[in-house]
Amino acid sequence: MLRKELGLFLLILVTGTVTALINPQFISTINLINLANQIGLFGLLAIGVGIVIVTGGIELSIGSMLALLGVIFLDILVNFEMAWPVAFLIVIAGGTALGAVHGLLISRLDLQPFVVTLCGLLIYRGVARYYTNDSTEGFGYAGGYEVLEWLTSGRTWNIPHTFIFFILVALVMAVLLHKSVLGRYIYAVGKNEEAARFSGIPTKTVIVATYAICGLLTGISTVFFVFYTQSVSPSAHGNFYELYAIAAAVLGGCSLRGGEGSILGIALGVVLLQVLQNLVNMLGIPSSLNFAVMGAVILIGVIVDGQLQKRSKTR
Amino acid sequence: MPEPLLELRSVTKTYPGVTALDDVSVSLRHGEILGLIGENGAGKSTLMKILGGIVAPTKGEIVLDGVAHDRLTVPAATAAGIAFVHQELNLFDNLSVAANVFIGREPRFGGPLRLIDTGALNEKVAPLLRRLGLDVRPSDPLGGLSIAQCQMVEIAKALSLDARVIIMDEPTSSLTLKETDRLLEVMAALRSEGVSIIYISHRLDEVKTCADRVVALRDGKRVGELTGDGITHDAMIRLMIGRDLKAVYIPPKAAPRETGMVVDRLVTPAHPGKEISFEFRRGEIVGLAGLIGSGRTELAHAIFGVEPALSGRVLLDGEPVAARVAGDAIAKGVYLIPEDRKRAGLLLDLPIDQNITLADLWRYARGGIPDRAAENRAAEAQCASLSIRTPSTKTHAVNLSGGNQQKVVLGKWLSMRPNAVIFDEPTRGIDVGAKSEIYAIMRALADAGVAILMISSDMEEVIGVSDRIAVMHEGRIGGFLERPDLTEHNVMLLAVGGSIEERARIDA
Repeated sequence: MLRKELGLFLLILVTGTVTALINPQFISTINLINLANQIGLFGLLAIGVGIVIVTGGIELSIGSMLALLGVIFLDILVNFEMAWPVAFLIVIAGGTALGAVHGLLISRLDLQPFVVTLCGLLIYRGVARYYTNDSTEGFGYAGGYEVLEWLTSGRTWNIPHTFIFFILVALVMAVLLHKSVLGRYIYAVGKNEEAARFSGIPTKTVIVATYAICGLLTGISTVFFVFYTQSVSPSAHGNFYELYAIAAAVLGGCSLRGGEGSILGIALGVVLLQVLQNLVNMLGIPSSLNFAVMGAVILIGVIVDGQLQKRSKTR
Repeated sequence: MPEPLLELRSVTKTYPGVTALDDVSVSLRHGEILGLIGENGAGKSTLMKILGGIVAPTKGEIVLDGVAHDRLTVPAATAAGIAFVHQELNLFDNLSVAANVFIGREPRFGGPLRLIDTGALNEKVAPLLRRLGLDVRPSDPLGGLSIAQCQMVEIAKALSLDARVIIMDEPTSSLTLKETDRLLEVMAALRSEGVSIIYISHRLDEVKTCADRVVALRDGKRVGELTGDGITHDAMIRLMIGRDLKAVYIPPKAAPRETGMVVDRLVTPAHPGKEISFEFRRGEIVGLAGLIGSGRTELAHAIFGVEPALSGRVLLDGEPVAARVAGDAIAKGVYLIPEDRKRAGLLLDLPIDQNITLADLWRYARGGIPDRAAENRAAEAQCASLSIRTPSTKTHAVNLSGGNQQKVVLGKWLSMRPNAVIFDEPTRGIDVGAKSEIYAIMRALADAGVAILMISSDMEEVIGVSDRIAVMHEGRIGGFLERPDLTEHNVMLLAVGGSIEERARIDA
C-alpha cells in the first residue's frame, strides 16, 4: 500500500531536482518558504475533501464556502468589532455546520453527493456576493487580532505557520483515519457500504461526520486564507479551490469510487501539485499554461497508475 | 411423428466442482407448450442458458431443424427464433413501448444521420400489440405499464423477432390471478399459431392448465416426463423430489427452551399486507424453507433491522428487539449471516482480523483507537475455534475460499456472544467438507442455548439440519412441519402453496 506513496515521493524528488538544476532559484529560501506556505494553505482543504472521497463521496462547495465564511469572518471582526476568538469559533462552527448539513442531505435524503455539494457551491457563492453587495471586504483600520494574524500567517524559524499547522492536522487526521474506530468505519463505508450496514456500523452518522470534518477544516482554512490574501472579494475568493483539493487527493491515491487513499498520499499529492504550480513560474512556462500542466500531469498519473495496477493484477 | 423443432441430446454441463446438467435430453415439437419443473437449483436455468447460447454445454448436442450443433451462440439462438421472457424483465422503462420492442433494430430514415423513424416504428409495433390483445399505444412510455403489460411487451418483442420458441421463466410470479389467466390465454393463442413455448414455473396449477407435456429435472438430471391427463399436481411433486439426503441430522442434546425469538405479526416492505408470526427458541434450529422470492430474506432483513418492518414486533426472551438499523439488533445479540457474503457479509479488501472485529470494534478500542494486538488475538481465537484455514489473520478476505469466507462472517458474530443467529443460505457456493463443518457449528450453537433460524433453498440442507421447518409461500408462512413430517414432498407442497385439503392430509 505504501508503494504508491513511495512512487509519489520519488516523483516529487525528481521534479524538484530537475527544476532546481534548471533554475536554482527553486531551492532559494524565499521560494521554499512560499512553497511551504502554499502547501499548508491548500493541504488542509485536500485532507478534508480527501476523507470525504474515501467514503465514496465528493465535496465541491469548499471554494464557495471559503468566500462566504471569509466575508462573515471579516464582518464579525471588522464591522461588529468582536474579539477574534469569537470570530474564529463562529467561522469554524459555520463550516462544520454546513458540512454536517451536506452529510445529512446525502445520507438521510439519499441525495447524490455531487448534486448536493454542487448546489452548495452555487448557493454559498451567491450568498457571499449578495451579503457584501459584491464588494471586496478587507481589514481596514481594525485591530486587536494581531495574535491571530501571527498564528495564521507568521513564521517560526522561517517555517510558515500554515505549513506547521498543516503537518499537525495531517498527523491528527492520520491517526483518525488510519488508527481510530471512526477511521475504520470510514474505510468500511467507502469499500462496501452494504457490508458496513450489515455489520451494524452507523453508516449515516459516519457519512455526516466526514462531511462535518471537511467543513471544519474548510472553516479553519478560511481564517488562514483571509490573512494570506488580506481581503476577500466574494466573486473570486476560493474559485476552483475545491478542484485543487480533489486533484491533490486523486493524485495522492484516493479513488473516487471510495475506500482507498491515505493521509500521507493526500499530503504528497498536495506537495506535488504545488511544486507543479511553482515549477511553471520557475521554468518560465507561460502562467496561462498553469492549468494545462496540472491537468496533464494528473492525467498521466492516473493512466500510469491504472496500467501498473492492471499489470500487477494479471501477474 | 414429425421431426421436433428443437432437441437437446444428452446434454451435460459441468462447472468446477458441480454438475449442473447431467445427460439431459429434451425435445420440443412445433406448436406445443412444454412445462419444465424442478426445485431451486435443479438445472432449469442452466438448460435455458444453453438454449439461449449464453453457455456452451460440456457434452452433448443441440439439434435445430434437424441440424446438430455442439453449442449455440446468442446470435445463432436469436436467428433460430429462440426468444426469452425473463423473470426479471429486460426492458427500459424510460423508453416507449415500441422502442422497447425494436431496441437495437430501429427502423431508420435515409440520409447521413440515419435518424430513427418513429412513425414506421410505431406502425410496425401496433399489429403485434393487437395480436396480443394489449391495450396500449406503441408510443406510450413503458414506465406507466403494469408488470403484466410489460411481460406482454416482452412477448411482442419475441414475436417481432419471428420467434418460434418462447422460453418463459416464472412469468407469473408477480402477476395477479386475472393477469395470469390472460397470459395463459395468449399462450394458447400463440400455440395455435404454431409457436412453441417452454414454460418454467413453480406454480404447478398453471403448468397443469397450459402444458401439453411436462419434463421434470432434479439435481441436473431428467427424472421424468408427464403428458396429457398424466399431468397432475401429485405426479409433478413426486417427480421433483426424491433425491438422496446426504446431510446427516444431528439431534439436539436437549429439548428447546421456552425462551427465544418470537416474531409477532411482522409485515415486511416486500409483502405489505401479509403478516408473519412464528418463533425460534433457544436450543433449536428452525429451517425456513420456501421458493426464491417467497419473502424469506426480506423477513430476515426485517428482524435484523436492515430493512425495517412496516409493523409487528420481534421479541427476544420477551423483550422487544425493535430494530430500525442493524445496530439495534446487534446490541441485543441478534445476528444475521447474510445471503450474499461478498456483498453484505465481508469487506473483501480488509484482512480477516479487521473483518472479525468490525461489528464490535469499540470493545477493542481504548480512547477510540482499536488495539491491533487485541483484534489479532480475537481473530486468532475464532480462526482456531472455527478452523478457518488461512496463512495468517492478516490475509485479506478476498483470498479465502468460500467456506473460509463464510467462517469469517460467522467468526465476526461468534466473537460477540450471540443470543439468536439467522443464517441466510449458509452454505451456498461452499464445498461439501466446509458445509458439514458449518452444520456442526450451528448445532453446537443451538446446544449452547442460541436460537437459530436457517433460511435455505437447499432441500437436503433444510431437511437434514432443521429441528422444525417453517415454509414460506408468497410472503406468508404457508405451514410448519415437525421433525417426523420433514419430507421433501411436504416441504414442496407447502412451498408451492399446497391446497387446504392436502395440508390437512399431512396433519392427519
